[in-house]
Amino acid sequence: MSTATHNDAAHDDHHDHGPELTGIKRWLFTTNHKDIGSMYLIFSLIMLFVGGAMALVIRTELGQPGMQFVQPDFYNQMVTMHALIMIFGAVMPAFVGLANWMIPLMVGAPDMALPRMNNWSFWILPAAFGILLSTLFVPGGAPAGGWTMYPPLVLQTGDAFPMLIFAVHLMGISSIMGAINIIVTIMNMRAPGMTLLKMPLFVWTWLITAYLLIAVMPVLAGAVTMLLTDQFFGTSFFRAAGGGDPVMFQHIFWFFGHPEVYIMILPAFGIVSEIIPTFARKPLFGYDSMVYATASIAFLSFIVWAHHMFTAGMPLTGQLFFMFTTMLIAVPTGVKVFNWSATMWKGAMTFETPMLFAIAFLFLFTIGGFSGLMLAIVPADFQYHDSYFVVAHFHYVLVPGAIFAIIAGVYYWLPKWTGHMYNETLGKVHFWLTTIFVNLTFFPMHFLGLAGMPRRIPDYATQFADFNMIATVGAFGFGLSQLLFVVIIVQCARGGKKATAEVWDNPRGLEWTVPSPAPHHTFDEAPIIK
Amino acid sequence: MDIKRKFAAFVLLMLPGVNALADWDLNMREGVTAISREIYGLHMLIFYVCCVIAVFVFGWMIVALVLHRKSRGVEPAQFSHSTKAEIIWTLIPVVILVAMAVPAAKTMVKIEDDRNPDITIKATGFQWKWQYEYIDEGVSFYSNLARTSNDARRLDSGIDPESVPNYLLEVDNHVIVPVNKKVRVLITSNDVLHAWWMPDFAIKKDAIPGYINQVWFTAEEPGIYRGQCAELCGQDHGFMPIVVEVLEQEAFDTRMAALKVEYGVDAPKLAATQ
Repeated sequence: MSTATHNDAAHDDHHDHGPELTGIKRWLFTTNHKDIGSMYLIFSLIMLFVGGAMALVIRTELGQPGMQFVQPDFYNQMVTMHALIMIFGAVMPAFVGLANWMIPLMVGAPDMALPRMNNWSFWILPAAFGILLSTLFVPGGAPAGGWTMYPPLVLQTGDAFPMLIFAVHLMGISSIMGAINIIVTIMNMRAPGMTLLKMPLFVWTWLITAYLLIAVMPVLAGAVTMLLTDQFFGTSFFRAAGGGDPVMFQHIFWFFGHPEVYIMILPAFGIVSEIIPTFARKPLFGYDSMVYATASIAFLSFIVWAHHMFTAGMPLTGQLFFMFTTMLIAVPTGVKVFNWSATMWKGAMTFETPMLFAIAFLFLFTIGGFSGLMLAIVPADFQYHDSYFVVAHFHYVLVPGAIFAIIAGVYYWLPKWTGHMYNETLGKVHFWLTTIFVNLTFFPMHFLGLAGMPRRIPDYATQFADFNMIATVGAFGFGLSQLLFVVIIVQCARGGKKATAEVWDNPRGLEWTVPSPAPHHTFDEAPIIK
Repeated sequence: MDIKRKFAAFVLLMLPGVNALADWDLNMREGVTAISREIYGLHMLIFYVCCVIAVFVFGWMIVALVLHRKSRGVEPAQFSHSTKAEIIWTLIPVVILVAMAVPAAKTMVKIEDDRNPDITIKATGFQWKWQYEYIDEGVSFYSNLARTSNDARRLDSGIDPESVPNYLLEVDNHVIVPVNKKVRVLITSNDVLHAWWMPDFAIKKDAIPGYINQVWFTAEEPGIYRGQCAELCGQDHGFMPIVVEVLEQEAFDTRMAALKVEYGVDAPKLAATQ
């Protein structure tokens, strides 16, 4: 793809924007993409633990049949908040954080194109999640109608209702601004010579993701605003009693929701496409087709939304259309998996922690892809829909899919950020614990769903007891293993073996031409790409 | 229970073997209708297709992981493109998908053929129970979670769920249907969304206020079949099961006559004249 002709030196001192701020002000007012990237990543790590704690409340209650720990309504609050926090608080900000840190470094830009907006789009997030989390303490409790916010149930939410809508609006604004920033940066600030088809794949996948965000976040904002007016201003968009249509909400929501699914996986594809070539010591196989496959997936994501609502009732032709388009997604996704495999083929692989997580991603994301293919078969979906089979499916694509890719990316670029190598032994321990427990948690859920256990229930018939118990053990193991991740990151930030500029064995990409840790300001002079 | 005892109970239950009623259902059930068996067939077909693909793809990756590692002293190849390979692994999945889509579409057409039902039942979802109406018989009743389950499912009830027969899957009033008759179910809701899920008939359909959804089944074996609400509908979503009892025609007629007396819409009038 791209090689730099010269190493860019750090010029931390020749900027003339007044005295450097210190303490909290440095972080509040920073416009530096690296600072903002770090804040995004730390924020998402905190949210991972908050959402994870809620998942453990869920798994604790489900450890055995009968209600032992929480009331059903609080259980539903946990289910709803867990999803909202993990999606909007953990996975998405983590990707934006990686984008902030790495995209300017990868395209040879001195910073993001709109640095002040960058600051704002981050600082909206703590406000949004402050509001969302505070709903746990308002009369009526936190939202309990599921993250999908289907009316009429969501309209039964207590005082938390307007807070939920406002929080979703804020998250949307933050995402849209982040996306605009990323598009403008990629389109305008690439180093001379870096044509579009020379960009690293992480940049490509994020570019496409950013367009998806701009296209669908306003749709979500519109949907929740209609909920708001239905609740407070007497409209009847979704109220059947007033001539409205509750199913219309589902259509609008999933027109947002399905591209959202790809918003959470395309950047993961990008990260894996960076890591595998590095550790296979071989260029990425089929770069062009990877780009086209990503674009195809993004396009298809707009015409498959109703596969989330096959049981809502739809004309036969509608069901067939959405079945066929959904199955079609398997083609570009397959192309990607085959290309990654072909990249490893005849390479000279080593298995450092980022590579281990990337390989686990390959295997486990593919399992999630298989169950996705099964779910596309409408008649069979009538059995799978809203059962634990679906829970297993989307956790396979989101946890060993998206989150494994994020973890892999963090290990991959951590030495670049901190200037130190992380503890490889601990990294490997973290990998094996995480991979074993993630499967222990989510694999039995396939069986539970097929055996007939509905999702989002706080208690279940006794024949589901054994697999639930296994999943609960796995969930605690998985959650506790992530504490090790924090230990490794903190250790690495504090010290350790000095990292070289290249960090790994001859990796490709401009980010490896700047020293480690990357200086506060990089590429003041644009590198020339041949 | 205080926290310590809760924790002790939790740990105890974590131990394998303590749970006497071990039940390790791994797969979808075939069910008792022609459609449900067909759906089971589709499910197994797509599952085997995935398994075969998995053997090839994972096999390929595993061979690479074993052979092409630096510790074996291999030199990395530098190829990065092959149009032929790209075309092959685009076309083969397309062929597989078409091969899958055809039988799936055929089954879909059968499922949607809801003509000429023998009997029509209207199922209305409520927070948190179902109401059933036999349209032609003028019979209407509610179906609530059975008292035994309802007592045991309270927080800290002290009742072991294992001691409750059909825990969370029993109701006070079963839906009764005759065997080998085409039963149409009209599904709607009185408040929020619910979903009527009967795994043995391979039926799941949302109950939506303002809409009437339609499903049908022809159960071929008498018996009691159990399902649950499958769409989050509030705090007691997990506690509004569905129980359908498939009866021989004679038994059905007898039960229906009794239901008419108890739940017929003109039952009070009937009682007054007698």
